[in-house]
Parts: sequence; C-alpha cells; structure tokens
Amino acid sequence: MTTTQTGLGTYLERILKRHGRDSGRLVQILRDVQAEFGRVSAEAMAILAERLSLPIGDVESTRDFYSFLTSEPTGTYRILFSDNITDRMLGNQAIFDHMARRLGVSRGVVSADGLASLDYTSCTGMCDQGPAILVNGMAITSMTLRRADQICELVRSRVPVAEWPNEFFRVDHNIRRADMLLGTDFTPGSALRAAVAMGREAYLAEVKRSNIRGRGGAGFTTGVKWEAARNARGDARYVVCNADEGEPGTFKDRVLMQFYPERVFEGMALAAYVVGAKLGLVYLRGEYLYLKAPLEEKLSELRAARLLGDSILGVDGFDFDIEIHMGAGAYICGEETALIESLEGKPGRPRIRPPFPVSFGYRGQPTVVNNVETLCKATEIALHGGAWYEGFGTKQSTGTKILSVSGDVERPGIYEYPFGVRISQVLDDAGAKNPKAVQISGAAGQCLTTREFGRRIAFEDVPTAGAFMVFADHRDMFEVARNFAHFFQHESCGFCTPCRVGTRIQAGIMDKIAAGHGTQYEMNELQHLREVMRTASHCGLGQTAGGAIADTIAKFREDYEKRLARKDFEPAFDLDAALARAREITGRDDADSRMLSDA
Amino acid sequence: MNEYDKFSLDGRPIYFERGQSILEAALAAGVYIPNLCHHPEFKPHGSCKLCTVKVNGRFGSACTIKAMPGQEVASDTPELNGNRRVLLQMLFVEGNHFCPGCEKSGNCKLQALAYDIEMLTPHYRHFYPVREIDATHPDVLLDFNRCIMCELCVRASRDVDGKSVFALAGRGTASHVVVNSPSGKLGDTDFALTDKAASVCPVGAILSKRVGFAVPIGERQYDVDPISAQASARQAEEA
Ligand SMILES: Cc1cc2nc3c(=O)[nH]c(=O)nc-3n(C[C@H](O)[C@H](O)[C@H](O)COP(=O)(O)O)c2cc1C
Ligand code: SF4
Ligand code: SF4
Ligand code: FES
Repeated sequence: MTTTQTGLGTYLERILKRHGRDSGRLVQILRDVQAEFGRVSAEAMAILAERLSLPIGDVESTRDFYSFLTSEPTGTYRILFSDNITDRMLGNQAIFDHMARRLGVSRGVVSADGLASLDYTSCTGMCDQGPAILVNGMAITSMTLRRADQICELVRSRVPVAEWPNEFFRVDHNIRRADMLLGTDFTPGSALRAAVAMGREAYLAEVKRSNIRGRGGAGFTTGVKWEAARNARGDARYVVCNADEGEPGTFKDRVLMQFYPERVFEGMALAAYVVGAKLGLVYLRGEYLYLKAPLEEKLSELRAARLLGDSILGVDGFDFDIEIHMGAGAYICGEETALIESLEGKPGRPRIRPPFPVSFGYRGQPTVVNNVETLCKATEIALHGGAWYEGFGTKQSTGTKILSVSGDVERPGIYEYPFGVRISQVLDDAGAKNPKAVQISGAAGQCLTTREFGRRIAFEDVPTAGAFMVFADHRDMFEVARNFAHFFQHESCGFCTPCRVGTRIQAGIMDKIAAGHGTQYEMNELQHLREVMRTASHCGLGQTAGGAIADTIAKFREDYEKRLARKDFEPAFDLDAALARAREITGRDDADSRMLSDA
Repeated sequence: MNEYDKFSLDGRPIYFERGQSILEAALAAGVYIPNLCHHPEFKPHGSCKLCTVKVNGRFGSACTIKAMPGQEVASDTPELNGNRRVLLQMLFVEGNHFCPGCEKSGNCKLQALAYDIEMLTPHYRHFYPVREIDATHPDVLLDFNRCIMCELCVRASRDVDGKSVFALAGRGTASHVVVNSPSGKLGDTDFALTDKAASVCPVGAILSKRVGFAVPIGERQYDVDPISAQASARQAEEA
C-alpha cells in the first residue's frame, strides 16, 4: 500500500467505526466518504469492500446508483440547481447560466482549479420558495441573480459553506391554511399516554375505526397495515417513516419534519407500540440534509424525556428508539421496497411484491412503512379517538390532507383542508392567476383543466400525495410534460425493460418535438409507449411515467401541435447535423457542405 | 396433483403444483409464455417483462405471480404480443446487437423471440452505447454490447457458484454489469468456464473463447424450431 492509501485507510476507518462496520449502512458510509473526499474513489471502494467483507462490485453498484455519490471528484463547492418545472418557471435557467459564466464552468464539468462544479438535480422540495439550489448538500432557497453573485464571491474567496450568511439557508414553512393537524398545539408524550391508557388493542381498534388511509400516495388503510405487521411472524419488527418526498412539487413532509417533528416521532412510537417494534428508521431524503442535525437533537430531547428508549412511559417492554438514515439522491427510494433496499445499504431497486413489507421488510422482518403525514395523523387518533377522526373529510377519505401548492399562485405554500375540498377552492385560497391547469400529485399524478376544477381532493375522486402545481394560461404544457419526461428518465432505477428504456425513448421523442422535428407519428408513438410502460412496468414509477404526457396530449393538444412539422413523418436521423463534425474538422461552412432541408 | 389446482391459459386448462408461478406451470404443461430473465433453477426476478400476461384482466409478470386455482390468464393475444414486440425493440436499440457477426446467433433467446414474435425492425432510434469488451480472461470473452441486464449471470455467480463475480451497477439507462475485481476485469477474478454463470447468459454477452461457428448458422437451436415450439417439444420428450 502506498502512503496516501494508508492515509485514506485511516480516514475510512474513522467513518467505518462511526457506523459500527455495518455493511447494511453502506449508503450512510458512502455519503460520509463523499462528504469528506468529494468523491468515492476506486481506492476508497476497494478498502471499504475489504473491510466490510463485501464484493467490490456490490460497493460499486451502490455508489453508482445514487446521484449524490460520484466516482470522479466534484468541485470543492458542488452546486446543484433544482430543476422542477416550478424552478424553471421562476427562472432557474437564467441564474444557472449566469453563475456558470461568472464561475467559468460549464454544466457537469469541474472548473480547472477544482473549485466549483455546477449541475442540475431533480426537484429539491422547495417549490414554494424557489429557485432552489444545493451547495455541498445544503439547501439554499429563493435564488436571485444578486444572490448568485454573492455565492460566486464566497466561492472564489473559498469561504467555507458553514460560514455563509444564515439567511441563504432560511427555509420558511409558508403555512397558509392550518387545520386539525397544523393548527393544533401538541404536547410531546400526550398521544402516547392516551394510547397506553387505552392499551394496544384498543388503540389499534381506534386506528381502524378512524378509517385513516396512507398519505404517501397509495392510500392503503393504516390500521390494516399495522395489524398485518403485528400478526406477521418475525424475530424483530420495524417502523419506517418514509420521508423521501421526492415527488416533484411535494414539500409538505419537509414542513412536518422541520416544524412538527414531535408529532412524527410520536406517530412512529405509536406504530411501534401497536406492532411491537424496537427500532424505528426515518428515511430522510438527501436533499433535506439541513434537517438532520436538528432532528437528531430532537431525538435526544425525547430520550431525555423518556419518550424514547427503554420502558417508555414506564411501560415494561415498551422499548423503542429511532435512527435517521439519509437518502443520497434517488426518487425511486420513496417506493417502500426500494426504500428498504436502500436502508439495507443497497441500490434502491424495488422488490417483487408480494411479499409486502408488513411480512418481509427491513432485514426480512415485518415492517410498517408509513408516510410522514400518516404518522402525524396517528397522534390525532390517539388523542381524540377514531370516531372523532372519522367525522372529518369524506366517507372514504377521512381526516384532513396537507397540500403543497406551488406554481402560478400569489401565496405558494402549505394548505391543510378536510378531504373533499374542491380544486377551485384551493386555487382561490392560494390566489391562482388565470389558471389553465393543475398538476395533482406531482409528475406521476394527473393534469386537470379548468373544466375539472369543480372536482374534489379525495381518494374517491382526485387522489393525491399532496403536490398541487398551478399553471397559468400563458404556460406551455408541452414544456411541463417534457420536464417530467426528463425527470423520469433520470430517475428510472433501470431494473425493468419498459421503464429503463421506455423513459429514455419517451424523453428523446419529446426533445425531437421540441426541436421542431416532431410529426403526428411521434404523437402516436408517445401514446403507444405510455401503454407499454403503464401495463408492463415493475413499479409505480414506470407505470405512471407516461401519464403527464398522455394527459397533456389529450387536454392541451395545441401546445404540441404548434411544434409539429407539417408532415406525416420526419426521420430521427438528421444528415445535416451529422455533418457538423466534418464541417468543424475541415473548417468549411459553405453551401456545398450543408444538406439543405426541405429541398 | 389436485384436480382442482388448475387455471386457464388462453382458454386451455393448466394443472399446477402449489407454489409454482404461472410461467413455471405453463412451461411444465408444454405451453410457452415468452420469457428472458427467467431460468428454471433460479428464483423469479421479473425484470425483462416479456412474460407480461393478463391475470383476471390485470397485467402482471407470469414469472412472479403464483398460480392460483381458477385464474383466467391471457398470454397469446395481439395486444400482449404487440407489447412484447415493443419490449424486444427496446432491448435491441438499447444495446449493440450485430447478429450476423455474433457467435450466439441461432442460440440466442433474444433473437429467437424477436423472430418468433415477428419483430421486423428495431423501430426506435438506436442508443449506440459505448460498452467495452473484456478479453482478459483466458477462457471467456465478455461482450456487454449484447447485455440485456437480466442479471442471470449475477444470480448464478452469487447463488450457485458462490463467487459473486458480477453485479448490476448504475441507474436507469446507465445501468450496466460490472465485474467484481479492483481492476473491473474478468481476468482478475476466479471466474471459470465451468461456472454456472458461464452458461446462463441468454444472449451472446458471455462467450467461451476459441469456439467459433462449430455449428454452422442455420443449424442452431432456434434455427431449427422457433423458441415457442421448444417448450412443447421438451415436454413431449419428457413425457
Ligand atoms: C416511485 C414511487 C415513489 C414514492 N415516493 C414516496 C415518497 O416519497 N413518500 C412516501 O411516503 N411514499 C412514497 N411512495 C409510496 C410508498 O411506496 C408507500 O406506499 C408509502 O410510503 C406508504 O405509506 P402510507 O401508507 O402512509 O402512505 C412512492 C411510491 C412510488 C411507486
Ligand atoms: S418501473 Fe422503473 S423504477 Fe420501477 S422497477 Fe422498473 S425500471 Fe425501476
Ligand atoms: S451478461 Fe448476459 S446473463 Fe449477464 S446480465 Fe447481461 S444478458 Fe444477462
Ligand atoms: S421472464 Fe418474467 S419478467 Fe422476465
């Protein structure tokens, strides 16, 4: 071994120790290595593989899966621009270009002095206060050209990110409408006390009575899930809080984690009480790194208050503690089985279901996976009972729902309503300006037009995980759909054929239309692709990846048609473009060196 | 076998044993359902999606769904075969498949399925990925240009050979098979031609060196009979 490797080895040893040399914590370990060295090099991988007794290919496989882990060095300052359609509408591209010019870097290339690198990343969950960026993993909101200049200055003078002005990192809650959950004070321990007073069975009965359904998207009945996990055979049980919140346009879990963490953690403890779990895991998306330290502090407080740890509230055998795991840049890890794979240190590829996590989850044991908001709601049921809870919302969608409203509205932010609220009411409350469309539940959701604004947010009408992106009548819905197409291409895990290849073909066709080479033929192709992806994909990502395109073709066809070439077909291969390189080499640019189109 | 343990596949009764997947039961009964990532000796994987069928009207992978009494399964329909054609086209444009020069031609499941399902053109724009050839091993050539990411080699090496020579790395279209050695080269592993993993690749990505066209093209496995006919032929032989 060379001396540098020995040095590297010592550093890595420190990181490995921090994680108890547990190969199951590989994603956490690789995150730390990336933070320390600006990359995970081949040498680092070899050392880690050896010391964790893992095949090096497995370490490589995990590293290469996550966007925030890199084999090559990033800039000392790694700047990533959130690229959701809402960031675009707020002008992120102009700011990106400005910064690139001032720092003298191009997209995805590290500056010659190694100082800075600049790229785009998937939605960082700051849609109500964008354009947003991440600098070395820390979220910066409300970007302007002025702020970009200040950042370039700090970068050039090599000021450590920790010393940058606090206001850059301010993340507001923007709670515009508070109801049952957001508007009620909560005393830590009160819900647990109520549940313990009732007893396990009685509390579970209340949860079932409340008819509460999961807030993460699928809408599965929470009481049934908990009961199944409690009844499943296993050596240990786990409660997982899904705080991956990667769906473009969703940011309500971020607000709950930042401003209502006691509710979240207590909800986890309630689930643990019911199913008999000793360990809870929060899977927090990498983009929310800024929340990690405060959340850990909160956990310490709860331990000190004996609301976590052994014999909680003095109940013999009620031992439960919580760990926070960080994601590393992969939307698919929000899917519950991919999330579990990631928790186990592996690439986040969804498992075959069944078996479902309630019987075969984390480390093969019965596991409850719930969304952040669902867990918060569990505290309400403990405090007020299932019958009370059931009194809010609609028949099949009880309680309240938190919406993340962004886009063309005067007051973007968080809105809590009883289920059953009409789209039009939300638009009015948020001050929508001439809305022509709302994208509900993110890129994977559905696109509604003015004719549908009378519909209601509820599982029986318009289900949603919470995103509510508003588009005013001057917006181009083709560009919205194209943005989503690129998102899905980037985020496909690559496991199954229809999604891995289909999302890329789909994005390619959208680009072809954008370049003015699309025809009616491409429109048909898109719809056909969508059907194959919808019916053959392994998980929800691929199944929904063509939805926004299909919706916008059906409802905003004019936004596509104005771009179509007036032909039935245009070949994918562009002979003139292919000759560009030859022209460059020969230094020619005369008429004879060009293929004239439409000859 | 229980008289009641049967389901219907395209209108035909298929008897099955408890625990079998729809695909396993169908193949055992001599009825072919297209498949690529399935291998009788390995656990279901469910990634290629060629086996997508409709079970009681809902789409699903025949290789991962357990056979249940009374299921109505549709497989050989214009709709499902149309989708399969698209999946094959996807696999063809994703890699670099130059069949005329490939030693696997005629024995390749991807090619055989494409003929059988009448995939006449690749249809989509080729990706032309840059993938390296690895000839460092004395007996085995790796040509990942032809890889379809079925992970059979990964599974065979890990679960049968106990060597974990391969792993699937990357994400999305950047997914690719990597070799488990610091150099990433097969020559630096303990891989052997006798490994299970050396013989499971459905395409021509893992090839034995110094074997070239011993059986002429035209006389190979799937040149003689289409792939769909071979399930029933095998069944008839075993009976
Ligand atoms: C591609 C994909 C991404 C998902 N992302 C999330 C997510 O970020 N947060 C979440 O809670 N659920 C997400 N889900 C849903 C989860 O798989 C799971 O249903 C949910 O966490 C269960 O919790 P609940 O019952 O409380 O809703 C996602 C599903 C898919 C298919
Ligand atoms: S649908 Fe996409 S994300 Fe889901 S398993 Fe298949 S490739 Fe992965
Ligand atoms: S090399 Fe062959 S067996 Fe391995 S994943 Fe690729 S196609 Fe499958
Ligand atoms: S054989 Fe079923 S998905 Fe590949």
